[in-house]
Amino acid sequence: MHAESLPAGKAAALKSFEGMAAEPGVPKPDPILVVDNVVRRFGGLTAVNVNHVEIQRGSITALIGPNGAGKTTFFNQLTGFDTADEGQWTFNGRNMNGVSAYKVARQGMVRTFQLTKALSKLTVIENMRLGAQSQKGENFFRGLIPGLWRGQEDEITAKAEDLLERFKLDAKRDDFAGSLSGGQRKLLEMARALMGNPELVMLDEPMAGVNPALTQSLLGHVKNLRELGMTVLFVEHDMDMVRDISDWVIVMAQGEVIAEGPPDSVMSDERVVDAYLGAHHDAPLSAEEEERQLHEAEAELDKESTE
Amino acid sequence: MDWTLIFSRAVEAGIGSEAIIYALAAIGLNVQFGYTGLLNFGQAGFLAIGAYAIAVTVATFGLPFFLGVGIGLLLAVVMALLLGIPTLRLRADYLAIVTIAAAEIIRLVVRSVALSDTFGGTDGLQAFSGSFYDMNPYPPGEYGIPPIIGFDNRSMWVLTVGWALVAVASFILFMAMKSPWGRVLKAIREDEDAVRSLGKNVFSYKMQALVIGGVIGSMGGFIFALSRSAVQPDLYSTDLTFYAYTVLILGGAARILGPVVGSMVFWLLLIFIGTGLENAVNSGAITFITVNQVGAIRLMLVGLGLMLLLIYRPQGIFGDKREISLDAR
Repeated sequence: MHAESLPAGKAAALKSFEGMAAEPGVPKPDPILVVDNVVRRFGGLTAVNVNHVEIQRGSITALIGPNGAGKTTFFNQLTGFDTADEGQWTFNGRNMNGVSAYKVARQGMVRTFQLTKALSKLTVIENMRLGAQSQKGENFFRGLIPGLWRGQEDEITAKAEDLLERFKLDAKRDDFAGSLSGGQRKLLEMARALMGNPELVMLDEPMAGVNPALTQSLLGHVKNLRELGMTVLFVEHDMDMVRDISDWVIVMAQGEVIAEGPPDSVMSDERVVDAYLGAHHDAPLSAEEEERQLHEAEAELDKESTE
Repeated sequence: MDWTLIFSRAVEAGIGSEAIIYALAAIGLNVQFGYTGLLNFGQAGFLAIGAYAIAVTVATFGLPFFLGVGIGLLLAVVMALLLGIPTLRLRADYLAIVTIAAAEIIRLVVRSVALSDTFGGTDGLQAFSGSFYDMNPYPPGEYGIPPIIGFDNRSMWVLTVGWALVAVASFILFMAMKSPWGRVLKAIREDEDAVRSLGKNVFSYKMQALVIGGVIGSMGGFIFALSRSAVQPDLYSTDLTFYAYTVLILGGAARILGPVVGSMVFWLLLIFIGTGLENAVNSGAITFITVNQVGAIRLMLVGLGLMLLLIYRPQGIFGDKREISLDAR
């Protein structure tokens, strides 16, 4: 790979991961999010049990793992949509456990959802405007006097139109969000999240249900977030996508972080393979091998009985 | 058939005090259900609070009329807060259960024997509207457009104040729903988690909607009490809430004029059908029913009409078809 051909953000992110040990919980040079001992139990089931994990600022980090690994639950906890039973985490050095979801978002940690939550009966532009923070007219009494919020609304609208253009949704500006296709809704949700100028964008399965034609464009947008100085943490099942865009991969299984590493090597990590395919999946089980094992066992039995 | 009488009754009902009361109740529900998606099944309770606040303050304690108005508005706010604090963090159906129960509790408390010294029991309270009618600027006489519309001076005063309240409430909501505040409410109706993820305090907005809707409902209670110069507990049963929902859906939810026009049309049709049938039976045009059956048949026909409305025009009179036809999420 030639460093000079890479975009600046990608190069910087790769540099920060250079020579880092591929171990769960490895410390990062400039973490934006630090998680310690987060536990979530549902009755007897421990859904999440993360000892320590750090997310590097300015990078694209993928969170992968087999079904039921606790990725989405972990996501929900970090963003205030679920409460953790134990543990704490800091965002930009500020303690975030027990902070409600809307305050988490206001501090610059914005998420999207696995099942897209486009606000169907609002138009695309209204969806976008809603993403803006500290609009004065969102107070009931100030809202009654248009003069107090018109100016701000115009600025927000200009910004929203800019983003819509970037995400190629400008033609849909005045359509109801419910009339968009699945992929367009994903784009809208991402664009809407950017209205609040987040520092950390958390995408829960951004590619789920998106047709292949849109996947490339969506990937491009995610990469672009890093170039704009944002940090991205995303949950994904599609390994090709993970390999393509992530700088660092965190693997969860059964609620725990079992491995971390660069995308090229983490897939071949024994712990990861075991988690996905089950331990001993590569144990020899050919016919001859089986027979040999059988003979060995019988021989042992004979030995025991003759003794 | 006395068509003049039938039309006169119907038109008077369409602009009369019932139309005002139900318009205000439905405007309140529109804020809660139409815009925010909150299922308040206890709107009758908010009307009862408004009505009894005036009646008890003036008739039982002999305090000034406007103090009663103030107490009514304050109690409506308190009731909304009490209902909202435990339920608004939960799923939408919990609010529905709690509000319907709370409204029934209020009705049963005010009609209870133990508290009849204060609330007047099942007979309710009278003699509290004197100072309201003392303010009446209309000299005694008949007003209106004969032979169709005719109101006495007391009704004229109630109608003036009532429609003024409807106009003010509608105007405030028109401004509010156009604003970014209204946008947040509509977004909460669609998906509150999405709104939360965008940094909005959903609980606070839902509470505001509950309070505003409740306060507007209590104003409907003021008009209910004053137009009859009496309060009776059983007028504030759950029927009132469900008629108000009917009015809202008829006019079109999430539309400013929906509840107002819905209420006028509802009462106009209800009285038109009722008076028309009565007249037809009395004049011998219809022979297979008796006058006593008209009340029930009238409601059947209204029910049939509503079913047809929901099948062929589910968005109501003013609703936007596009909003309805999209599958929600």
